[in-house]
Amino acid sequence: MAQKKWPETWQEVTPGCMIFEGGNSREYHTGSWRAQRPVWDNAKCIKCGICYIFCPEACVKEDAQGYFAADLDYCKGCGICAHECWPGAITMVEEG
Amino acid sequence: MSKRIGMEIALATAEAVALCRPDVIAAYPITPNTHIPEHLSDIVAEGRLDAEFICVESEHSAMSACAGASGTGARAFTATSSQGLLYMYEVLGIVSSMRLPVVMAIGNRAISGPINIWNDHSDIMTMRDLGWLSLFAANGQEAVDMIIQAFKIAEDPAVQLPINVNLDGFQLTHMVEALFLPDEKEVDRFLPRRKPYAALHPDHPVTMGALGMPDIFTEATKARDQALVDSKKVILKVWKEWEKQFGRRYEPIEAYKTKGADVVMMTMGSMGETAEIAVDELRREGVPVGLLKLKLWRPFPFEEMKKAVRGVKTLIVTDRCCSLGGPGGPLAAEVRSALYAEAERPAIENVLIGLGGRDVTVNDFKQMFRQAGKSRGIYEFYGVRG
Repeated sequence: MAQKKWPETWQEVTPGCMIFEGGNSREYHTGSWRAQRPVWDNAKCIKCGICYIFCPEACVKEDAQGYFAADLDYCKGCGICAHECWPGAITMVEEG
Repeated sequence: MSKRIGMEIALATAEAVALCRPDVIAAYPITPNTHIPEHLSDIVAEGRLDAEFICVESEHSAMSACAGASGTGARAFTATSSQGLLYMYEVLGIVSSMRLPVVMAIGNRAISGPINIWNDHSDIMTMRDLGWLSLFAANGQEAVDMIIQAFKIAEDPAVQLPINVNLDGFQLTHMVEALFLPDEKEVDRFLPRRKPYAALHPDHPVTMGALGMPDIFTEATKARDQALVDSKKVILKVWKEWEKQFGRRYEPIEAYKTKGADVVMMTMGSMGETAEIAVDELRREGVPVGLLKLKLWRPFPFEEMKKAVRGVKTLIVTDRCCSLGGPGGPLAAEVRSALYAEAERPAIENVLIGLGGRDVTVNDFKQMFRQAGKSRGIYEFYGVRG
């Protein structure tokens, strides 16, 4: 069923607010919620991947060299990765 | 052919549910609705109905199971009363917002406390704003008829909303009444199989119950409200079809001897039957009184309400429920609201009666009629001692 990405008017709201297309959370950029952003210091990083495992948004990605970075389209800046990183390679930096 | 039988109304209600061939029944027993799911479990055990009967551990689970079943496209039914309804409360608004046409019978009972298992309407009144359609039966025949109508109304493609059928605990649930029970063929002719708007299936993924943030919640709420308002058309259509096929007429507000009446009483549920006798007796004495029986509580029939009181001097609205610390009874509050903008409207008096199962007799109704016009304040606890 064809569905608008986001209803503008109440008439466009589907019965029960049902969503008929899968995977559309990708279109919602939660990165706009962020007040702080995680920055990796690869000199300290031991490539353990604990940031990747703990990220509740699943937005931490591994690059070709095995280092990690957050996809800022979705990173909400919660700081869990920085909290969990025991070598202390991640710092939360103020946005703006 | 319909068969005229004498049967306890709760059992007849269960027979009516079985005639609608529900796929899933999930219920937890609580007085006074218990005989409805109990009898349905017998019907399923006897092999007369091919349905999944889920013995859940609570009413919260009963309504959750109905929500899940209805989401897959199944026809789901449950029944409850009082505290049981409160225990499923959290799920009630979810079911209506997800547009799942679950049908629920409520054997109306007072909400504790003090602990009380007897009839009044305080249970259903707590959920009046949750987006369910709501019908009120005045007798066993209406309970049976409304159950069958309820499935058709709820599942109509233009409605897709849950609905509750209210029958007074004990006064109706436990009463043996002579009534017509339709047969399977007749019900099959009246009630088509459900065609869900969408159903949960791995091959066709659909999200039900997604998060609605501030930028969509107002639109979603307006859409829900409009769905209820629009459902009245379907309710009236289904009632016309019912009358055509079964010969029994249903209206949002049924008027009884209101022609030329100065004073009119308004009731919901089984009290209407007693009030009719009081009207008959007073009319014989030459007192021009009449009665309005509200059968459709949600959506509230505003237009019918305005028409019903034209020319009436005093309207006595009875409420089997007290909005504690509020404007008296919920029905009176809504009637006042419905008529507020009218240039000509009756004086509206509100009596709270029949609370927690207290009997309301023919003489009580006659007394209430006779007291019309004497100031009662905004509302009055009729017959309260002290």
